[in-house]
Amino acid sequence: MIPLSYFLILSIILFVLGAIGFFIKRDLITQFMTVEIMLNAANLAFITFAKSASSLDGQVIVFFIITVAAAEAAVGLAIILLVYRQKKTIKSEDIKLMKG
Amino acid sequence: MAHILFFLLAIICIGSVLGMIISKDQAYNALFLIVAFACMGGLFALLDAPFIAAVQIIIYAGAIMILFIFVVMMINLRTGMGPEKKKWTLYFVFLVAAVLIIELVLTLKGALKPISSVAMDKIGSPTDLGRLLFTKYLYPFEITSILIIAALVGAIVLVKKRDKE
Repeated sequence: MIPLSYFLILSIILFVLGAIGFFIKRDLITQFMTVEIMLNAANLAFITFAKSASSLDGQVIVFFIITVAAAEAAVGLAIILLVYRQKKTIKSEDIKLMKG
Repeated sequence: MAHILFFLLAIICIGSVLGMIISKDQAYNALFLIVAFACMGGLFALLDAPFIAAVQIIIYAGAIMILFIFVVMMINLRTGMGPEKKKWTLYFVFLVAAVLIIELVLTLKGALKPISSVAMDKIGSPTDLGRLLFTKYLYPFEITSILIIAALVGAIVLVKKRDKE
């Protein structure tokens, strides 16, 4: 039996790596991917706690998180495509102006 | 056996996330991310959540990453972008990472203790999950469907080419 704390430690590591990646990477698409990694780390923590409490509620919440992440990815990628169409770049440092 | 599987999945997961941070090409980034998500699905299966593991593989590694790869192909950048090289950004990143690690470890330390001793034998079968989804969580479930329709319409309206402004 694997100790559940290993899963929590892995989730911490993945969350921090996602945060580091979000600040280090410079294009919008990869930054968006790192956000997905942070969401996944949170999912892992949820499932770990669901198992430790031996209840299914945590798994239901993870199911909702995955659904919302799918919706978020669709809208976010549409916005990135729109930004690229208008500015011809997806470097995040080139997009400082909040005007359309 | 389970230990070996856990460490294998964890190492592949962390390695592919690191590869994603280091690599320049966005298409490779997306492929690294697919590997990481598939490993995460395996970890979910290790935690007795077979339905969530399947959903993770199908929706995350399948649907969402296909969306990412489509957008990467549509944007079609000639040259990728490496990680940030500026000094102060790196200092800031390491500061943020250190603060996050300390904060998370301190928060979860209290939660770690009682966990390891609890004996669990219950498996999260899809039947129980579905029953819970349609009884206790019925309203969130219905609201999620509205959210998905809204996201679908929003994404289409955003990307649609307007005829003439």
